[in-house]
Amino acid sequence: MIDKTSLWIVIILLGLGSFGLRFVFTGLIGDRPLPAWMLRHLRYTAVAVLPGLVAPLVVWPAATDGTFDAPRMAAALMTLAVGYFTRNVILAIVLGALTLYGGLALLG
Amino acid sequence: MPRQTTKSIYWQGVRDGAPFILVIVPFSVLFGVVATEAGLNVLETMGFSVLVIAGAAQFTALQLLSDGAPTAIALISALAVNLRMAMYSASLTPYIGGASLGQRALAAYFTVDQSYACAIVKFEANPGWSIPQRLSYFFGVVTAICPLWYVFTLVGALVGTSIPQGLALDFALPITFLAMIAPMLRTPAHLAAAFVSVTMSLIFAFLPYNLGLLIAGVAGMMVGAQVEVTRERRIAPPTGDTS
Repeated sequence: MIDKTSLWIVIILLGLGSFGLRFVFTGLIGDRPLPAWMLRHLRYTAVAVLPGLVAPLVVWPAATDGTFDAPRMAAALMTLAVGYFTRNVILAIVLGALTLYGGLALLG
Repeated sequence: MPRQTTKSIYWQGVRDGAPFILVIVPFSVLFGVVATEAGLNVLETMGFSVLVIAGAAQFTALQLLSDGAPTAIALISALAVNLRMAMYSASLTPYIGGASLGQRALAAYFTVDQSYACAIVKFEANPGWSIPQRLSYFFGVVTAICPLWYVFTLVGALVGTSIPQGLALDFALPITFLAMIAPMLRTPAHLAAAFVSVTMSLIFAFLPYNLGLLIAGVAGMMVGAQVEVTRERRIAPPTGDTS
């Protein structure tokens, strides 16, 4: 059983801390201009963080207890390929999901 | 293309956020269920989802508290999971830094993986958007996903059953993110950044507190920036050498 005091300490401080992390740059820097080298790095934030966020979930899916899963890998590659070549997010999601369900139906 | 109104941009955000409903609903239901099973009442469970509004960090804190970890460890670990939010904040600053303090604070509260990912794609693609238009888009995305985060945490806490495993909704998150990432890979610099990110996050996946992702993020940004500089140098000098 979790101690109620430490639970609320964590909830409140984690809430404040998370807000602080989300606000640290937009809040403190505001509309002051950023140096060119920093802007150059920030241009790649999305492509540097989001693929790293997804990669372990694709290679070691939690649903299969972290063992490689062919339907999930196929679905990920299909989504990536369709998204890359068509630039159509919805089409990539639909074809990725169809690949996943098709693969799961075929391979169990 | 006809001139976009701020209102139409808001609805564009709602539409772009909509696919993430498939991610948010099962994830928030699951949090409600797991928190209730860990002995949290409805108020405590909702406290997490409303005050923290970050799934992975909430699960981390809950897991560690259930395991009897010290309060400080649970807190620091969950904050570490959320460190990527500071990177998102930095990345959004050139676009919405000029908004009012209240608007920036509200946007900060609602900065989650999905709202950031949608926003940064559209901000880059529409450099002519004004700050109010950017905020409209951002809050459009938020409208589609964040209220559902609260509502379905509550559903999970009250109903107490998760969405059936057979639907394989665990994979909704990878698919929706990959579908968003793929069109972002426009230049060799973007491709290099993504490749390094994937490689580093797999190599450093063993590190605790999601630190592998931070290493992957920083390394990816550095490589992307470096490739950009190298390519500019190769293109810039008028030597006539077209390599």
